Amino acid sequence: MNMLQPAVTDSPASWHVPSERMAIDCNLEKVFYGSFLAVRDSKLPIEKGKITGFIGPSGCGKSTVLRSLNRMNDMIPVFRFEGHVHFLGQDIYARNVDPVIVRRYIGMVFQQPNPFTMSIYDNVAFGLRLNRYRGDMDERVERALQRAALWREVKDKLKASGLSLSGGQQQRLCIARAIATEPQVLLMDEPCSALDPIATRQVEELMIELKENYSVALVTHNMQQATRVADTTAFFAVDISRAGRTGYLVEMGETRQIFEDPREELTKEYIRGEFS
Amino acid sequence: MSQPNIAHGDDRGRGFVPDLRRTLNNRRALRSAALSALTWVVALIAAVPLFSVLYMLIVEGGARFGLDLFTELPPAGFEMGGGFGNAIVGTLVMVSIAAAISVPVGILGAAYLSELHPDHKLAAVSRFLAKVLTGFPSILAGVFAYAAVVVLMGTYSALAGGIALSVLMLPTVVLTAEESMKMVPQRMKDAAHGMGCTRSQVIWKVVLPTALPGILTGVMLAVAGAAGESAPLLFTALFSNYWLQSIHEPTASLSILIYNFSGMPFENQIELAWAASLVLVMIVLFFNILSRLIGRPKV
Repeated sequence: MNMLQPAVTDSPASWHVPSERMAIDCNLEKVFYGSFLAVRDSKLPIEKGKITGFIGPSGCGKSTVLRSLNRMNDMIPVFRFEGHVHFLGQDIYARNVDPVIVRRYIGMVFQQPNPFTMSIYDNVAFGLRLNRYRGDMDERVERALQRAALWREVKDKLKASGLSLSGGQQQRLCIARAIATEPQVLLMDEPCSALDPIATRQVEELMIELKENYSVALVTHNMQQATRVADTTAFFAVDISRAGRTGYLVEMGETRQIFEDPREELTKEYIRGEFS
Repeated sequence: MSQPNIAHGDDRGRGFVPDLRRTLNNRRALRSAALSALTWVVALIAAVPLFSVLYMLIVEGGARFGLDLFTELPPAGFEMGGGFGNAIVGTLVMVSIAAAISVPVGILGAAYLSELHPDHKLAAVSRFLAKVLTGFPSILAGVFAYAAVVVLMGTYSALAGGIALSVLMLPTVVLTAEESMKMVPQRMKDAAHGMGCTRSQVIWKVVLPTALPGILTGVMLAVAGAAGESAPLLFTALFSNYWLQSIHEPTASLSILIYNFSGMPFENQIELAWAASLVLVMIVLFFNILSRLIGRPKV
């Protein structure tokens, strides 16, 4: 027996979700930026109708993982991916898949609110127009703004610039823009890090409401946020044993289990705040 | 032993109260005041030529100002009266031709430089050439258009004049458009990519609309510069004493009219040259002000 080969079938990191409950099933074997191995061996099922939180120290590659799930990393020329990301039965990294089309079905909300320099209405209608939506545009825009809990504040000034809103409102506008096209999955990359506590709370409440219809993957640097909103939590860490700083998935499980009874020593230390 | 308060360079003890009132009695304050005064004087001197030219134009050109300037044709030798309506039309037509060429080419070129392949060798070369072209002697643009258009078509024309002006406008449009496209924040482009935009959709739907005020500012500045040019028109558009019939014939322009009439021994023509100068300055000023209004950030 080859003792050097660790058993991979039942590593403590693996977290099982029945395939019919899976929105995205992925295995990020190796993610490179040039010759730098940024992330390795991370198997992350994103469950339908749930919020999956990604936590971990800075530089552990949680954003890289998130951006690999809708091929945003393809914007970086030196990016290289090994592994698979299955979305609705298709590997989005398959040769014949167009990353542009992938991004229309897997929406993204960014760290900094980034509305376009156009009216609030046009911001929300942007994706619909991009997809040549032919139905009742006003109704879809209103519905998206209502779901993003922004409708009451902006319904009388839909023609105003998106940039005239406050930071928290801008972020909710970006969420409305992302959900207007009804994507199956919403990727959120530290959506509250630029917001004040009140706006953060509003966006968190919004996330919990959104999970009824969407599967959400949420990167957060705030452990309390993960405990407040995430159903499942994935903990990433940096492996400095080899050259470079490679991020990897340490363990994944129900949020309560990760925070109250982590299986891995590393997770325990992180949760206790011994490193960050 | 109590230490003197070395941190503040003050050894007069803790009880000392410094005098904080403003005074001109020390050397530092005096020097500062003198230098401030000097910058004011220099700024005034720099403004003197501008305002004296404007003053002369208004006095000399304003004396002859009237509606007939815009409706009449240039007078011959000893004729009285007349105007330069055809030259105003000619200038506007040639500037429009130049803009019709340089604006689309310039914006697409800028999109290539700032969005598609900013680090490509071709981009570096064309960016460098555009910068060289901004200092290009304008008469050479005329020589180019003469060789490329006038000789080929066998006639001086508004088209040739417009092409010569477009050569001068192009680098301004390219460089300002590239600059304003680069100012579009990366996060806005990320958002567009995240929505599932192709690269060209990112440019058309997000980058260009966002950069539009800056691009228009550059276009207006280029238009203002081209409207005032005379050298490139000397042997491309030449001049004409008649109304413009077609862009394939010699065409009058304000700058050439000023050049022609100011050298004539007739009082009437010299007066018209002054008036034409005033009109030309007003056109240039109009586009300059327009560029400031468009480029003003609005929220």
